[in-house]
Amino acid sequence: MAAPAAPLLTVEHLTMRFGGLVAIDDLSFSARRGDITAVIGPNGAGKTTVFNCVTGFYKPTSGCMVLSPGERSDPAIAQLTASGRGWRAARAGELFLLERMRDFQIARRAKVARTFQNIRLFPGMTVLENLIVAQHNALMRASGWTILGLFGAPGYRKAERVAVERAKYWLDRVALIDRADDPAGDLPYGAQRRLEIARAMCTEPQLLCLDEPAAGLNPRESADLKALLTSIKTEHATSILLIEHDMSVVMEISDHVVVLDYGQKISDGTPDAVRNDPKVVAAYLGVEDEEVEQVEAEIAR
Amino acid sequence: MATQAADVRVADAPRGRAGAIAAAVKDASGTALLALGLSFPILALRTEQNMANQLVLDQRWSYVAIAVLLAFLARLLYLLRLAFAASPPAPRIAAPAADRPALRLLTMAGVLLLLVYPFLALALVGRAGAIKWIDNFAIQILIYVMLGWGLNIVVGLAGLLDLGYVAFYAIGAYAFALLASHYDLGFWVCLPLAGILAAFWGVLLGFPVLRLRGDYLAIVTLAFGEIIRLVAINWVDLTRGYAGISGVPRATFFGLPFEDSDQGFAAFFGLEFATIHRTIFLFYVILLMAAITNWVTLRLRRLPVGRAWEALREDETACRSLGINTTNTKLTAFALGAMFGGLAGCFYVTSRGQGFVTPESFTFMESALILAIVVLGGLGSQVGVAIAAVVLIGGTELLRELDWTKSIFGRDFEPTHYRMLLFGLAMVLVMIWKPRGVISTRIPSIFLKQRRAVRGDLVGEGHG
Amino acid sequence: MEYFVQQLINGITLGSIYGLIAIGYTMVFGIIGMVNFAHGDVFMLSAFIALILLLALTQMLGITPLALALFIVLILAMLLTSLWAWAIERLAYRPLRGSFRLAPLISAIGMSIFLSNLVQVTQGPRNKPVPEILNGVFTFGDPEGYTVTLSYKQILIVAVTAVLLAAFWYVVQRTSIGRAQRACEQDRKMAALLGVNVNRTISLTFVMGAALAAVAGLLFMIYYGVVHFNDGFVPGVKAFTAAVLGGIGSLPGAVLGGLLIGLIEVLWSGYFSNDYKDVATFSILVITLVFLPSGLLGRPEVEKV
Repeated sequence: MAAPAAPLLTVEHLTMRFGGLVAIDDLSFSARRGDITAVIGPNGAGKTTVFNCVTGFYKPTSGCMVLSPGERSDPAIAQLTASGRGWRAARAGELFLLERMRDFQIARRAKVARTFQNIRLFPGMTVLENLIVAQHNALMRASGWTILGLFGAPGYRKAERVAVERAKYWLDRVALIDRADDPAGDLPYGAQRRLEIARAMCTEPQLLCLDEPAAGLNPRESADLKALLTSIKTEHATSILLIEHDMSVVMEISDHVVVLDYGQKISDGTPDAVRNDPKVVAAYLGVEDEEVEQVEAEIAR
Repeated sequence: MATQAADVRVADAPRGRAGAIAAAVKDASGTALLALGLSFPILALRTEQNMANQLVLDQRWSYVAIAVLLAFLARLLYLLRLAFAASPPAPRIAAPAADRPALRLLTMAGVLLLLVYPFLALALVGRAGAIKWIDNFAIQILIYVMLGWGLNIVVGLAGLLDLGYVAFYAIGAYAFALLASHYDLGFWVCLPLAGILAAFWGVLLGFPVLRLRGDYLAIVTLAFGEIIRLVAINWVDLTRGYAGISGVPRATFFGLPFEDSDQGFAAFFGLEFATIHRTIFLFYVILLMAAITNWVTLRLRRLPVGRAWEALREDETACRSLGINTTNTKLTAFALGAMFGGLAGCFYVTSRGQGFVTPESFTFMESALILAIVVLGGLGSQVGVAIAAVVLIGGTELLRELDWTKSIFGRDFEPTHYRMLLFGLAMVLVMIWKPRGVISTRIPSIFLKQRRAVRGDLVGEGHG
Repeated sequence: MEYFVQQLINGITLGSIYGLIAIGYTMVFGIIGMVNFAHGDVFMLSAFIALILLLALTQMLGITPLALALFIVLILAMLLTSLWAWAIERLAYRPLRGSFRLAPLISAIGMSIFLSNLVQVTQGPRNKPVPEILNGVFTFGDPEGYTVTLSYKQILIVAVTAVLLAAFWYVVQRTSIGRAQRACEQDRKMAALLGVNVNRTISLTFVMGAALAAVAGLLFMIYYGVVHFNDGFVPGVKAFTAAVLGGIGSLPGAVLGGLLIGLIEVLWSGYFSNDYKDVATFSILVITLVFLPSGLLGRPEVEKV
């Protein structure tokens, strides 16, 4: 393996409280460029909450999340933080403070795309339309914010053709090209999962956040998913942040695993290291019976 | 559609014909009893004021008997039809083709008919009759078609439930009336201004409420609609309150007024002066305005903004995850819908309003009517909305023509009073019959190989 | 000060009526998540039913003790209005349950139009002046200066409202009907699986809301002394505002909201002007929904991603 790449996403001291409930407690981790970083943990550990913070659907109670597409430099981050703004544009070297940006800005400017645990397609629109909507911002510019497009400007038509080509590419990749004109709501479950990934990829993200992409898939579909994610990582300049319960997926394709339990990080490292970490074993399987007895005895006293 | 427990029992009764009939009669008797209970005080006893201005009761038990009998027969026939229908028709699941040739042919025929309509009316019923058929029917229906299409952008495409759409209709109308009376501007100058003003108000009213969802958005828009009307009533200095603003200049033919003078339209073209010239002209104006509304809407559906509206209706959260600014997207839908409402309002003043505006034209009933047109026609369907407007407005307008019923029910019978009664009942029945409207399928905005319509039950209904 | 007390009395009286109507909105919204648009017209219909019954009892049957007549009218009006609400739910709403979200709303608007026009057609379009009853007043304060009056009608309204709300509260909190309602509010499917008759519970909710609206209708008729077929819409919207202000789904909230709306309306007309009092109510509706969507006593809603 090559030398560790620079971190693309750095999460520092992230805390999220809902009323009295602490869903994430002082969490820090980073995801390197070109890596598949998996976030795992038992149910209710706060994985989806982390995703919702990173993608801007929740405003974290405290902490910061930096996305640095270029070289990460601390002075630049400090400068941006002090400036009070949420991001720095491309010419000055792109830098994004995700906790200051709104959800759609994170998707549009920081190029972070996501999928959802309970699939969120546009069921009444066709498969192709789903992928065209994903390219909204590029097409909006090409249509001259609707004015030029209304009168059928050639620039817009060309942009739409390009968008359709991109959609066709991804439909090919997820084997849905034959169903392009069917409503997304009519697809079987596994196909909907694939379509959601294709739709996210149509936004040309640099970070793709997948919330349990293998949930509900059969073993064959699961294997296809692994191949798809690996190829996204190698062929496109897209890093992946992954929540997954299916350990075969996590262990086989991820480069780096972060383990959460009760909102705290309990382990962080390569799949092998995490697998053998006693804290992880304890979190997943519970502690040994003897220890429980020991604790009970202590309480009794 | 309405599979009710009782009906199924009748249909499945293994006791044969006699049993089924007995069960149906029993059930229908229950319905008759219910009708008796419902009609007892409200139908049986009518409150009337006597000479001393006191209320006395007038007994009308025959009406109750008729209502009970009607309820009994209607229920009985319905149940018997269910019980003895050969077999329930299999539900059609096959994906409907998008290009229904029948519908397209119907649309073409409709457009052609519209283009020659005024002259057809002239030829068929003569000058005196034609004014009614052009003004009361065609122009009024076209105004509602345009309003329906405007609201369709907000409710049908973007999925934002707006119960106060009449506010923008009112803003357009008052904008024209005020601009004309204070600054002496004509219809053609005021028309775009009214549209812009209405769009501006659409954004202004839309901004604070767009984060609300579902019924809450509906109620807030209803409140806005009422506030605008109440302000129009109470701000007497500006709007002259209930009295309204009169004498708003009528539309001219590119500067030629429709009047009996040397500078008038008739004189210029060497015609004999007739009021119907103006009516025919206004017909073509609203036809053009409605056509533009339709063209813009269809066009926008194929542009990113239109697709974003529909995506918003399907799933707002997913939209945000794709980098779509949902606030702006909602505001454009609101503004555009409002603009068409405002344009229609401006036109209303110069046509049906006879240059006269009062707050009474902009009650909640109007909003409900326009929304009913959109929902009954089928959310998002341009043709459906047009059909619903023709049926609802034309149908209730036809009820005005039923003076002959007086010869049956007596001189006191006033068929126009039953207009809204039947209208309300029709709304309920159509919803039960087709909850998603007459045309519920959705036509995709783009396709790879074949354009296939999307079934109505897959199409989202929006959150707002 | 006397002036203020007078406004307070008037506001509470009006607010009681709004509160009674608001309960119907809040219960139906709580259980099936629908704004029952026709509820205001059910209220108007109940006022007419009460008026007709009162006339029938006093003029046709010659029942002279007023208290007895009013009591019979109250019971019968509650029953007959409930029957209407039951039939409306059965005919116009139940077939649409679980269907397209806009369908019940449109159906309810259609029902609202139907009801107001039914009353117009059957009872005529004119204002109906109610025979004068219960005209006595208590007068307080300095007979030279501004006096505070408390009419028998106002006492009746507040007393009847208080008694019926207490009874209603008992039903909802302490009986199996109330428990079934709360279960259906939480999760209709699960309640059905546990043996709750969901259809009957929903019907009962409509019936209870209508019964309270009928009480409001009778009191409204007595208080204002005039009824009109269009009287459903504005009180309906105000009562809905009350339900929203109190926190939709919350029963104490509906009563509290009703009282607040009544007070605001009366104080607004008392201290500012009569012209914009409805604008004030509608503005409160907008402001509440925009800034405090869960109302004063409602549970906040958390958005799930």
